[in-house]
Amino acid sequence: MNWISVFADPNTQWILFGSMLLGLSSGVIGCFAYLRKQSLMGDALSHAALPGVCLAYMVTGTKSIFFFLLGAILAGILATVSISYITRNTRIKQDSALGIILTVFFGVGIVLLTQIQHSHSGNQSGLDKFLFGHAASMIQQDVYTIAGISVVLVALCILFFKEFKLLSFDQGFAKGIGLPTILLDQFMMLLMVTAVVIGIQAVGVVLMAALLITPAVAARYWTEKLHVMVLVAGIFGAISGFVGTIASSMVNNLPTGPLIVLAATVLFIISVLFAPNRGIVAKAKLRGSVKSDFKTVAHQGVKEKSL
Amino acid sequence: MTDPLTVKNLTVAYQKSPVLKDISFRVPEGKLIGIIGPNGAGKSTLIKAILELIPSITGEVEIFGDSYKNTRKRVGYVPQRESVDWDFPTDALDVVMMGRYGHLGWFKRPDKKDKAYALKCLQQVGMSQYANRQISQLSGGQQQRVFLARALAQDAELYFMDEPFVGVDAATEKAIITLLMKLKEQGKTVLVVHHDLNTVKEYFDWIMLLNVNLIGIGPTEELFTKEFLQKTYGGSLAMLDANSSPIIVSPR
Repeated sequence: MNWISVFADPNTQWILFGSMLLGLSSGVIGCFAYLRKQSLMGDALSHAALPGVCLAYMVTGTKSIFFFLLGAILAGILATVSISYITRNTRIKQDSALGIILTVFFGVGIVLLTQIQHSHSGNQSGLDKFLFGHAASMIQQDVYTIAGISVVLVALCILFFKEFKLLSFDQGFAKGIGLPTILLDQFMMLLMVTAVVIGIQAVGVVLMAALLITPAVAARYWTEKLHVMVLVAGIFGAISGFVGTIASSMVNNLPTGPLIVLAATVLFIISVLFAPNRGIVAKAKLRGSVKSDFKTVAHQGVKEKSL
Repeated sequence: MTDPLTVKNLTVAYQKSPVLKDISFRVPEGKLIGIIGPNGAGKSTLIKAILELIPSITGEVEIFGDSYKNTRKRVGYVPQRESVDWDFPTDALDVVMMGRYGHLGWFKRPDKKDKAYALKCLQQVGMSQYANRQISQLSGGQQQRVFLARALAQDAELYFMDEPFVGVDAATEKAIITLLMKLKEQGKTVLVVHHDLNTVKEYFDWIMLLNVNLIGIGPTEELFTKEFLQKTYGGSLAMLDANSSPIIVSPR
């Protein structure tokens, strides 16, 4: 397959469009999760989504995004409630609680997924792709849904930008001026779960957390303004979705998810190295110039003294 | 005229033993009040419980004779500087602008008027030249001033400040206390969690002595005595001389 034929295919165009919007919305939502130090929560939510989605399929027998969302939200709520219950009522810290819950939910999910695959219900094709994603399996209907939900997610983030910003920077102050922080907190979780669910087909549950967090972390390197960071993270996510989908459609049977994540990681590495001010190269340069400036000043001092 | 703050029978407990026990007091208007007590006395907890940031077991809090829910806009709050991550992607002016959010309500963006107001508040703390500086590039004292400016932007009548003098240099401390005195002169009421006993007499006209129980609240000259301080700090307080400032020594 060559490049031109890939772009000419209307089906691929749709899939590309869907992956890009998915990357955009996850990048935007991921910014707030990252700044609130809830990166791991994204990971837990995406792994928790698997049993929810499998149960939704087992109960309804259809692969409808709406039911998947319902299942994933219920599983996500159960997971977050368990995590906060453990952290609040035992001496276990949040990172350990996340580790426990994440693996338990994922384990249950794998058991259910295997069960579905052995049940010969006929309609299960594509479910095995939930782990690592297979963008090519998306049909136009899926892309419509993904695109629609992505637009809603981004719109909500724009609408609640001021509130999300305050909540991310200073939750105590936000609560003090009367924002319903607990409600907003859960609302943000809901947005994250939704992003995970619409990403299941293209990226898969295992790696969806990376699409939430990596573009956000990469974007942080380029700017000191939140709205720019959100924008850059969205763009990085969209690029990752685009590149990953193209790469997977060029080579047969390559799952999309890992490729999208690899693309995001390349952007991340470029950001860490070459971003202005915060990047490693820029910092080294600055240190070097300060050093040499200091040296010349010191040298002059020595010369003057020896005279 | 209703008092800015009335607290009745406030009790707070994280675990079984209470952190604050049956606290009742009234605060009159236009006072600069230092909240003083040893570590773990519940000073920050008191502020947080009044502002409903943490739940209290019993007790009633009235702010200007009404519940806090209805008087939020008249209350300003300066949290401890360490309570936030200063590497957040934003600049000083933007943080101060957050003080306006309570007046804006949902979805509304701050406009030019809010920006001008925020700039004025930065000016009052002597930070206007740092308005566009990324907040992680500010020194500790400058960060504290930004928090103070944010509280000013709240345009409140009753202020709560959680250890504003911790980790700041002498110049910043002076700038902050000058500003607090100015607020007091404007008839505003300011409660400050304070650690340095040496400056209590100079800074505050009222003090509140706290050690889980309320030891006393009232004019500094009445309460800032050896007897009351020893009651507050227990055995860890030593007065070298009746006229000099008290110092705290930890019990061995």
